[in-house]
Amino acid sequence: MPITEYKPLIVAFCCNWCSYAGADLAGNNRLQYPADVKIIRVPCSCRVNPTFILRAFQKGADGVIICGCHPGDCHYTSGNYYTRRRMTLLFSMLDFLGIERERTRLEWVSAAEGTKFAATMNDFVKTVASLGENKRLEDLRCKK
Amino acid sequence: MQKVTKDILISKAAGLLDSQTVTRVLGWKRGEFYDDVTPAVFHSREELENGFVFDDFCGANLSKYLIKETAKDDGKILVFLKPCDTYSFNQLLTERRFPRDKVYALGVGCEGMLDSRKIRAVSESVISVRDLGNSVEVETLYDGILTLDRQTLLPDRCQRCKSKKHVAFDELIATDGKILDSNRFDEVEKLEKMTADERYRFWQEQLSRCIRCNACRDVCPACTCEKCVFDNPDSGVANKACANEFEEKMFHIVRAFHVVGRCTDCGECSRVCPQNIPLHLLNRKFIKDINTFYGTYQAGETVGSRAPLVDYNPDDAEPSEVLTGGTHHV
Ligand code: SF4
Ligand code: SF4
Ligand code: FES
Repeated sequence: MPITEYKPLIVAFCCNWCSYAGADLAGNNRLQYPADVKIIRVPCSCRVNPTFILRAFQKGADGVIICGCHPGDCHYTSGNYYTRRRMTLLFSMLDFLGIERERTRLEWVSAAEGTKFAATMNDFVKTVASLGENKRLEDLRCKK
Repeated sequence: MQKVTKDILISKAAGLLDSQTVTRVLGWKRGEFYDDVTPAVFHSREELENGFVFDDFCGANLSKYLIKETAKDDGKILVFLKPCDTYSFNQLLTERRFPRDKVYALGVGCEGMLDSRKIRAVSESVISVRDLGNSVEVETLYDGILTLDRQTLLPDRCQRCKSKKHVAFDELIATDGKILDSNRFDEVEKLEKMTADERYRFWQEQLSRCIRCNACRDVCPACTCEKCVFDNPDSGVANKACANEFEEKMFHIVRAFHVVGRCTDCGECSRVCPQNIPLHLLNRKFIKDINTFYGTYQAGETVGSRAPLVDYNPDDAEPSEVLTGGTHHV
């Protein structure tokens, strides 16, 4: 079997109004970020409930990142403020259960920040790659 | 102040039934063994005299039963509430789960209930238990009569009781108690100080014992959704046959997360768990984080308070600012 470089699978939940547009801009500007980042578009970052994140890990993600509009800029005014509280508590709980803190991240990326989007993804992929495969939230039933 | 006894409560309840202030009474009923007391509804003095108990095993929090019971009849229902139960009572009112005017709440004093698991650890053949104030007399089949220190037989939730104060009542059969500072986060802190690997092993050992009986969900006064995510046959959490790391964590993270900011720390979940899993540590972790990050908040202390997850402050910290692996910067 050929030795292949380990490439983590990343799920990125991006809100439609800012971060998804930011990802689009990154693409239009031909900025490089790994193809293993799978973007899931959500209407607002606060659409992401904890189950989405857990399910992503269950189905094989090694890292999950949530991107939304900058605080104060949410298309729905306050959605991302709720996201911030929820994710703080959820990430803290995952850490409390001994699941690597670095596997989850919350980042604010505006529609104009194509560069930030690419940089964020490159950095996150690197961090997760150094952790290796997600073992602590894996589901054997979902292994291919 | 005299000790609250079964007889005082029966005569009080029977009086309120006689005067037609209430049409029925929600209380605790004697079971087959010394410790299997169950919640029950009584309609008359006879029923009360035949089955009602108030002893060291009346740990069951009756407030959740009010949701279904208040809907059954137009009259008022009497309910007995220990101090910690009144927090759940208020929280349910905040969430508009039952009409306040259909309930007559009788606050009863509490010196802590006993944990039958701790008694059984001393002797397997207990016949009866008698409360002597600071000690407990335990009659057993094979080990004679034992006198035990009452404090050592309290469940964790009573050893670390957050409050002896009734925050809701129509009438009080107790002296007005105080909110206590009971170090209830010390076990959480101990876990936080461990390495991630140690914490992982600790929880793996605890959670892998879960048999997914759903008792923790069913008893919880904060878990009152008519349709629960875990009743979905596709939820993938009820499939113990192929248990692995994910399934348990999914269930327990979601269960605890669903009650964030609404859990009053009543301790019912840990009490009913047949596998003795310390579920209260998960809830308390959330409570502690809320207190640290968003200001001290006690669910159920007042009616109508806004739970921290349906609230925000534009200046709230970012997760990256307050969380690192293992320790918090705050
Ligand atoms: S989660 Fe447990 S401690 Fe919290 S309200 Fe529900 S039963 Fe009580
Ligand atoms: S009560 Fe205990 S065994 Fe039952 S589902 Fe809850 S944690 Fe699992
Ligand atoms: S729309 Fe972007 S975070 Fe709400």
